[in-house]
Parts: sequence; C-alpha cells; structure tokens
Amino acid sequence: MRQAHSMVGLFMLTFKRDLVLAYRRKSELVNPLIFFLIVASLFPIGVSPEPNFLSQLAPGLVWVAALLATLLSMESLFKSDYEDGSLEQLLLSPQPIFLVVLSKVAAHWLLSGLALTVVAPLLGVMLFLPAEGMPGLMLSLLLGTPTLSLIGAIGAALTVGLRRGGVLISLLVLPLYIPVLIFGSSAVQAAVTGLPLDGYLALLGAMLALALALAPIAAGAALRISVSG
Amino acid sequence: MAFATFSEFLNMGGHGLYVWLSYGLGFLTIALCLYVPIIQGRASRKTLRRRIMRDGDPS
Amino acid sequence: MASKWLPRWFFQLASPRWCYDFTGKLIPWFAVVGGLLLAVGIVWGLLFAPSDYQQGNSFRIIYLHVPAAILAQSLYMLMAIAGAIGLIWKMKVADMVAKSVAPIGAAIAILALATGAIWGKPTWGSWWVWDARLTSMLVLLFLYLGVIALNSAIENEKTAAQSTSVLSLVGLVNIPIIKYSVEWWNTLHQPATFTLTEKPAMPAEMWMPLLVMVIATYIVFGLAIILRLRNEILVRERRSSWVKALLTR
Repeated sequence: MRQAHSMVGLFMLTFKRDLVLAYRRKSELVNPLIFFLIVASLFPIGVSPEPNFLSQLAPGLVWVAALLATLLSMESLFKSDYEDGSLEQLLLSPQPIFLVVLSKVAAHWLLSGLALTVVAPLLGVMLFLPAEGMPGLMLSLLLGTPTLSLIGAIGAALTVGLRRGGVLISLLVLPLYIPVLIFGSSAVQAAVTGLPLDGYLALLGAMLALALALAPIAAGAALRISVSG
Repeated sequence: MAFATFSEFLNMGGHGLYVWLSYGLGFLTIALCLYVPIIQGRASRKTLRRRIMRDGDPS
Repeated sequence: MASKWLPRWFFQLASPRWCYDFTGKLIPWFAVVGGLLLAVGIVWGLLFAPSDYQQGNSFRIIYLHVPAAILAQSLYMLMAIAGAIGLIWKMKVADMVAKSVAPIGAAIAILALATGAIWGKPTWGSWWVWDARLTSMLVLLFLYLGVIALNSAIENEKTAAQSTSVLSLVGLVNIPIIKYSVEWWNTLHQPATFTLTEKPAMPAEMWMPLLVMVIATYIVFGLAIILRLRNEILVRERRSSWVKALLTR
C-alpha cells in the first residue's frame, strides 16, 4: 500500500480500501436494504394494511426501520479488521485515529445510510406516505443517517472485542438515537402537512455537526481501549 | 395532622393503594440497596479469608 | 499531570486503602443521619403535609418520586465524572466508584419510573403516560442499563472500566440533547397539561418535607454506594498486604 503522507491521503486510502473490501462481498451489501424493506412490511401485515392508518404511521415507521437497518450493519464496521489484525496496525500508525474512524464511517454510510435514503421512497409508497412527504423523507434521512452511522461507530468500537457484540451495540446506541429519530420523523411529518422543514433540517444538521466533531474521537478512544484489552 | 383517624390515614382519601404501593416500593428499594451489599460483602470476605488461610493467595 | 493546582486530598483519594478507612468512618454517620432524616421526611410527608387541592392524597407520592428522579440524574453525572477521572488520571478508586454507582442509579431510576407511573393512575387515569419527564427518565434508565451491560460483557476489569467510562461520558453529553428533544416531542403531541410537580407554586408546608427527603435519600443511597465501594475495594485489592491483614485479623 502506498504511504499516506497527508490527512486527505490517509482518509482516501482507508475510504477506498473499505469500499473495495465491501465490494468483494457484494451479496452482503444488500442485506441492510432487504432488512429495511422487511421491517417496514411487517407493520401492514402485523397490524393493518388500511391506507389511512398506515399513512399516519409512515413517517415514524420509515425512520424506525432505517434506524434498525443501520444498527444491524454497524457490527461489521470494525469487526473484520479487528479479527485479521489490521485494526491494530491502523491504530499503531502515526496518523490520528479519528481520521481512520471518519473514513471508515464514510465508506460504511455510503453503503448503508445513503442506500437506505435512496430506497426510502419505495417504502413511502408501500406505506401510503403522501407524495408531499417524499422530499422531506429523503432530506431528513440524508442528514440523519450519517449521524446514526457516527453514533453507531461508537457502539461498534466499544464492543469490537466481544464475541457477540451485536445485540449489545443496539442496547448501547438506541437511547442515543432518540433525538435523531424525533426530529427526523417530525421533519417528514411536517413535510406531509405542508409546514416548513427548515427548523428540523437545521437541528438535524446541528446534530450531524456535533457527531462529526465528537463521535470519531470517542470511537477512536474506544477502539484503543478495546484493542489493548 | 392531615388525618383524623388511623383508618383515614390508611385509606388516603381513596388513594390508599397508590400511596402505599409507592412507599412500599420505596422501602423495598432502600432495603435492597443496603442489604445486598452487606450480604455480598460478608460472603466475599468469607471466601477471601478461606483462600488466604488455605494457601496464602486470595486470587 | 497538573499536580500543582490539584489539592493533595485529590491524590490521597487514589489510595484504595485510605478510601476504605475513610469510608469506614463515614458509615455510622451516614446511617444515623440518613435514617433520622428519612424517618422525619416520611412522617412529615405522610402525616403532616397538606394534601393537594386537585390531586388529593396521592400527591404524597411526590416525597418519593422527586427525590428519586433528582438522585437518578445526579448519580449518572457522578458515574460519568468518576469514570472520566479514572480514565484521565488512571485512578483505580474512581473506576470502582463508577462501578458501584451504576446499579444503584439504575434501581433509583426504576423507582422514579414506578412511582411516577403509580402517581399517574389516579391523576391521569392510566398506569403509564408518555409525558416528557417519564420518557426522559426511561431513556436515562436505558443509559444506565447500557453501562451495566457493557461492564458485565467485558471480562478484563481494566478494559471494562475504561470502556464504560467512555460510554458514560458519551451518555452524559447526550442527556441534555435527549431531554430537549423529548420535551419538544412532548409539546408536539400533547397540549400543555399541568405537570405532576408544580414546584414553584408549592407552599412551604409542601416543599419543606420534600427538601428533607431529597437530602435524606442522598445520604441513604450514598451509604449504599459506600457499602458497594468497600466490597469492590476489598475484592480488587485482595492481593495487597493490608487487605490480607484486615481479613485475617
């Protein structure tokens, strides 16, 4: 591998590496998306397929499904690198860990959060979300899912050394997801009723900014602790 | 005193169930939080003491 | 690091032995004062304080619910700060304090939720209601449970202490954000009804026993934490000579 001598260089190197590794396991890439669709389908099947009822649920429901699908894919963020020792190597390198974390999360988000955002309108249609809500849905997911990935990375970093960290990640991270869920689904709700979205999107943006600043540091610290333990 | 008779006190103006249930839970929580460490402490001290006596190493 | 501006007692705290001896001296005081204040507060609240005009005698649950709620939040802060101190200054005692606080904090959060729910039944008619305070307390409980779960999942004690310290700090930063968003969410879905506790409007006969109860619960649960801490110290320091001498006296 070429030596990375700059921050951007290291970022791009790790970013590209993660994308290439993910591409080699193409079949796994669609799993979060399938899960996303299945979870959303459970509600019409389990509760009621009635359009008026579902369209009321739709904003929150798509968001909850996106949240759960993101959570499900978080465990793999650091796991394979931990198992083959490359995580330890990355931590030993002189470059700051937060950069490594940031690039891994970015690659992960591209394949999960962004993919979910693109597929979301399909769910919207299945759940009778009014057409006015679609742009709001996509915008809120676009701003919210990176935050979910960033917070999820902290959970993944804390549990990377554990054998069955999957459910534990959810337990640790779900309470932290609640603010994003509240404002994300409210944004969609506002879009449906024709109210302005700006406030919600600004808040989601602010949370993203905070997560971008703090989460990689926390995840980096957690990685150091988990790997050394 | 806010109550004239003991039975009025128990009844709490019809809300007796709620008040006594809450205070009962309160007492239970306090009791458990104090009792459990005491019991655990005794048990672990006994185990450690036995290990030290037996082979000098409490691990 | 920074030993010039930190007082000497700060570093004295780092000695598990000193901590064990010091807390041993505190126990009788905490037990007596705490027990006394608790008795005074409960008798005052149950027998002498007036009942609320609207809520009747179920109002007396406030003397348990509010202290529990306040304590649940303060203890989380204590746990996070102790964890941070353990992480930054590598103090074992700070880690032990954080570990001792977690289950107590969770128990108190459950008590706050239970008393809040029970209080809600005669007031609002149902055993649970998604109001801002109860929902925030529920999320706080989830945060506590997460810390406890992470601690028990990691076998290495040092790693467990460090990881849970990071987690509690992340939780601490999130608590104001969660509170704000839950309150906001609540105003969206419920018109502003009167809250369970109207603190500013309470006359002295009502908030004075409340104050006594708050102080009493701090002391009583502080005692509980001290008891757990001492157990933790003995177990972790079992190989040191002072513990061996103590146990074989």
